[in-house]
Amino acid sequence: MIDSILKEYNTTALEEVTVWFKAAEISKFPKNGGACVKYKEKQIAVFNFTRQGKWYACQNLCPHKLEMVLSRGMIGEDVGIPKIACPLHKNTFSLETGENLNGTLPAIATYPIKVEDDFVYIGFSE
Amino acid sequence: MKTVIVVGNGMVGYKFCEKFIAKVKSKNYKLIVFGEEPRPAYDRVHLSEFFENQDAKALEMAPAEWYAENGIDLMVGERVADINRKYKKITTASNQEYRYDYLVLATGSSAFVPPIKGVEKEGVFVYRTIEDLEGMLAYAAELKIRNPKAKAAILGGGLLGLEAGKAVMDMGLEPHVVEFAPKLMPRQLDARSSQVLQLKLESIGLHIHLSKATNQILGDKAITGMEFGEDDVLDVEMLIISAGIRPRDELGKSSGLEMGVRGGIVVNNKMQTSDESIYAIGEIALYHQMIYGLVAPGYEMATVAVDQILENSETVMVDEVDMSTKLKLIGVDVASFGEPFMPASKGHSIIFENKTQYLYKRINVSLDGKKLLGGILVGDATDYHMLHQIYLNGMPVPEDPSQLILPTSEGGASFGSVMDLPDTAVVCSCEAVTKGQLCCAVKDDGYETMKDIAKATKATTGCGGCKPMVTDLINETLKSLGKVVKERICEHFEYSRQELYDIVKMKHIQDYDELLDTHGNGNGCEICKPVAASIFASIFNETANKQDTIQDSNDRFLANIQRNGTYSVVPRVAGGEISPKQMIAMGRIAQKYDLYTKITGGQRIDMFGAKLHELPFIWEELIAEGFETGQAYGKSLRTVKSCVGSTWCRYGMDESVSFAIAIENRYKGIRSPHKFKGGVSGCIRECAEARGKDFGFIAVEGGWNIYICGNGGANPKHAVLLAEKVDNETAIKYVDRFLMYYIQTAQPLMRTATWLEKLEGGIDYVKNVVINDCLGIADQLDKEMQFLVDTYKCEWKEAVENPEIRAKYTHFVNSEEEDENIEFVSLRDQKMPTPWV
Ligand code: SRM
Ligand SMILES: Cc1cc2nc3c(=O)[nH]c(=O)nc-3n(C[C@H](O)[C@H](O)[C@H](O)COP(=O)(O)OP(=O)(O)OC[C@H]3O[C@@H](n4cnc5c(N)ncnc54)[C@H](O)[C@@H]3O)c2cc1C
Ligand code: SF4
Ligand code: FES
Repeated sequence: MIDSILKEYNTTALEEVTVWFKAAEISKFPKNGGACVKYKEKQIAVFNFTRQGKWYACQNLCPHKLEMVLSRGMIGEDVGIPKIACPLHKNTFSLETGENLNGTLPAIATYPIKVEDDFVYIGFSE
Repeated sequence: MKTVIVVGNGMVGYKFCEKFIAKVKSKNYKLIVFGEEPRPAYDRVHLSEFFENQDAKALEMAPAEWYAENGIDLMVGERVADINRKYKKITTASNQEYRYDYLVLATGSSAFVPPIKGVEKEGVFVYRTIEDLEGMLAYAAELKIRNPKAKAAILGGGLLGLEAGKAVMDMGLEPHVVEFAPKLMPRQLDARSSQVLQLKLESIGLHIHLSKATNQILGDKAITGMEFGEDDVLDVEMLIISAGIRPRDELGKSSGLEMGVRGGIVVNNKMQTSDESIYAIGEIALYHQMIYGLVAPGYEMATVAVDQILENSETVMVDEVDMSTKLKLIGVDVASFGEPFMPASKGHSIIFENKTQYLYKRINVSLDGKKLLGGILVGDATDYHMLHQIYLNGMPVPEDPSQLILPTSEGGASFGSVMDLPDTAVVCSCEAVTKGQLCCAVKDDGYETMKDIAKATKATTGCGGCKPMVTDLINETLKSLGKVVKERICEHFEYSRQELYDIVKMKHIQDYDELLDTHGNGNGCEICKPVAASIFASIFNETANKQDTIQDSNDRFLANIQRNGTYSVVPRVAGGEISPKQMIAMGRIAQKYDLYTKITGGQRIDMFGAKLHELPFIWEELIAEGFETGQAYGKSLRTVKSCVGSTWCRYGMDESVSFAIAIENRYKGIRSPHKFKGGVSGCIRECAEARGKDFGFIAVEGGWNIYICGNGGANPKHAVLLAEKVDNETAIKYVDRFLMYYIQTAQPLMRTATWLEKLEGGIDYVKNVVINDCLGIADQLDKEMQFLVDTYKCEWKEAVENPEIRAKYTHFVNSEEEDENIEFVSLRDQKMPTPWV
């Protein structure tokens, strides 16, 4: 059953966005950290990379043990690539491409994100 | 354009491809590869890791795209069914024909299944492919539901059988190893070492049955047992056969190539079969009348075949294939090299045996005492790589060869430095990388890190066994070039932890971003952030609430994260002393929130399974009952274990409980490079195991004996004596200073035991600093510790009382809903997370 959850999450390119979901005010997201947003049946991890002045969104589901935990992980950078380290076993994923940086786990899905009038929006194609 | 066809995409077939495309001349060839298995080649040597994560991709030698990118046609799930040597073509099982100029057979082996009555029954497996493992996992899972105490047997007590035994144990079944010979690992070990290994394996829960010939496998449809003699039956519900390998030589047979009497395709030292356009490599090739069931010789064969086909070169297979091996994964070191058994006429054996520690070491030296001929190591194989190198390179051995294996404390000296090896010494045997090549990569090509050197030379990328040696080589070479081998925290800070500690202290920097801006570069990562957090806490005693996003996962939410993303709650129970009233309160709260409870190994109570949003509510109630956080999540003081001591015990020399409580309350909350634990025993019977802790006190006539730098955990170490017969006050003073000095100088995540091991001067130096104040810093250490003690705060109290901190305890920021993916199943009247598949 959980395998099918994995299939719910697919990387969405900016040009594919059909819905900009108004997630929450920016103040809800910790500086240089993450929090989780619910969108329909999906759980999306949103990261406020304050140091870089950037925002990132990806699936909250870690493909390693299929737990909904990535939003509680630590963000950082690997030779210039912004990344998220899973809080359970520290597997790391690029926040830009979703690629697993320290191994060969499947990539995570990433989503476009934008901030307007102090609100965070996540882009979906469905 | 000529065509090379490789039959078999296993480890060796893959290595052939890799070596092939690395040659310039390969541009004139088309390379076509057929593999019968449904996926591209994977790392069979590390197959057992599949049990841990069921991640087939992680084992891949290279992804399918790699073949395409390098112009190789790979066809998986396609067996080659026939060779027509006359027309130089092959036919696949799906009836496709392909022409070749050169054919390379790399069809490997399959598991040998002895012809025992009943082997076809359900529940009988072999251990060779990912599909085999998937089958076992599914079967074991079902079995466990039917019978949680189910037993499983492994037929064969060799290298692979023992690995399978460990796998069975990890699957939660009771493991039984059945061996025909009167000893384990008959091909690698002598009788005595085999006995030592057996004792060790039995101590970790493996059941071992020797000298057993299996007559038949019992059961109707599925296996229910194994019968050895008339009344000799072992009830098992699963069996893994690991009784050796048989070369997959069908194609050789059907096409009339020269074969060995017991199978395998005969090759010469060019890896050519009796047909000069057909080569055979890996576990199919019979070279010098032998099949070598190891990957390193297979890789060497692949190299030879590539050179022969592309360049017609002089490269040929060595005459004597090195069969040295090191057993992996089963939680006990076993290695054998060179000639493990040796007749007395050829040399002398030196044997060191200590059954109480499950240790056995044997080396065989030549009659003149000058050369190492081989050996066996059980229980501790740290010296394997060095001994193996001495053997391979014929290096001289010390006048008293026992020095090579005696524990250092008994007069033995770890022999030689990696720099003594000749340049031709092969350090990484999987990739055939020599010491010379590695040093060149550092000296001439300017690589300095393990990562770069692995990329440039491929060393360490195979089995990884050579990593410690390669690290030493890199460091020693850098040193010889006058370069300082710097311990830097990560790519974002050029400093060691100690340097960063001093910077933070002197410049009074209290903010991670500021530290990174002024003394680091880039945007930080999961390595340097927690290190900085720990330093801020050790110096300013700031709690993990202040800069929560630089804390490790557990510290960020002040709780240990569990398998399913829930958390645990561990209140402090100083010294393990708890009143009935407190127990009732804890019980009530645990029941209210439906938490799983367990007494921990640290004399307190852990409540598991709290959801993120419940944490502040649970803690609020606990705090109201007078509890405070136990910092079970922090790299900080955990517990001070006590025995009941003179308060009740007839032998007690002092009040160990009172002292433990005082000490635990003194050091609670203090952050350090790693967690630390204490113990206080009322007499030398040591019921509190104080000598297994980072610091410990034992009451003796006339005061306390202080022990430091012990631990249990991954590498158990007995603590060593710091001072004898001191009073309470002095005991605390010395331990204050010791801890503070450790906090300032240790590397990240270094426990006290390793810290002491690496500290120049060892315990004598610590005594000098702590007792004699040789550095003149005792005063300052005292003050710094007193500051930490005086400024302690319960960080959970802080969190529940501060609405801003409290706000982070919610699963979604835009919804009150809970995470619907969290599931529990029941377990002995309590609950547990649904197991990972
Ligand atoms: C609960 C407990 C097991 C139990 O049910 O008894 C436990 C549970 C954990 N231990 Fe432990 N250890 C527990 C006693 C021990 C002991 C025994 C002792 O303290 O007497 C040891 C060996 C002694 C020692 O410290 O050397 C021990 C050696 C470890 C290690 C290995 C440390 C090492 O240096 O080798 C780790 C890993 C680490 O800390 O990096 C670890 C890590 C862990 C973690 C925190 C893993 C994690 O990060 O999630 C476990 C989480 C528990 C949780 O979710 O709440 N635990 N752990 C024990 C809690 C004691 C307490 O009251 O705080
Ligand atoms: C659990 C386990 C642990 C091991 N541990 C170690 C260790 O620690 N150290 C060590 O050195 N060695 C170890 N080995 C042995 C090592 O894995 C082998 O030596 C190595 O895999 C041999 O490689 P190979 O390519 O010759 O054969 P294989 O890896 O068996 O590959 C042969 C491939 O050819 C395919 N094939 C066969 N016939 C055909 C055909 N007609 N057409 C198409 N494809 C065909 C097979 O399906 C297979 O995929 C271990 C083996 C196992 C099973
Ligand atoms: S030994 Fe400790 S870390 Fe390992 S499983 Fe048990 S509790 Fe977890
Ligand atoms: S669950 Fe994310 S790394 Fe293991």
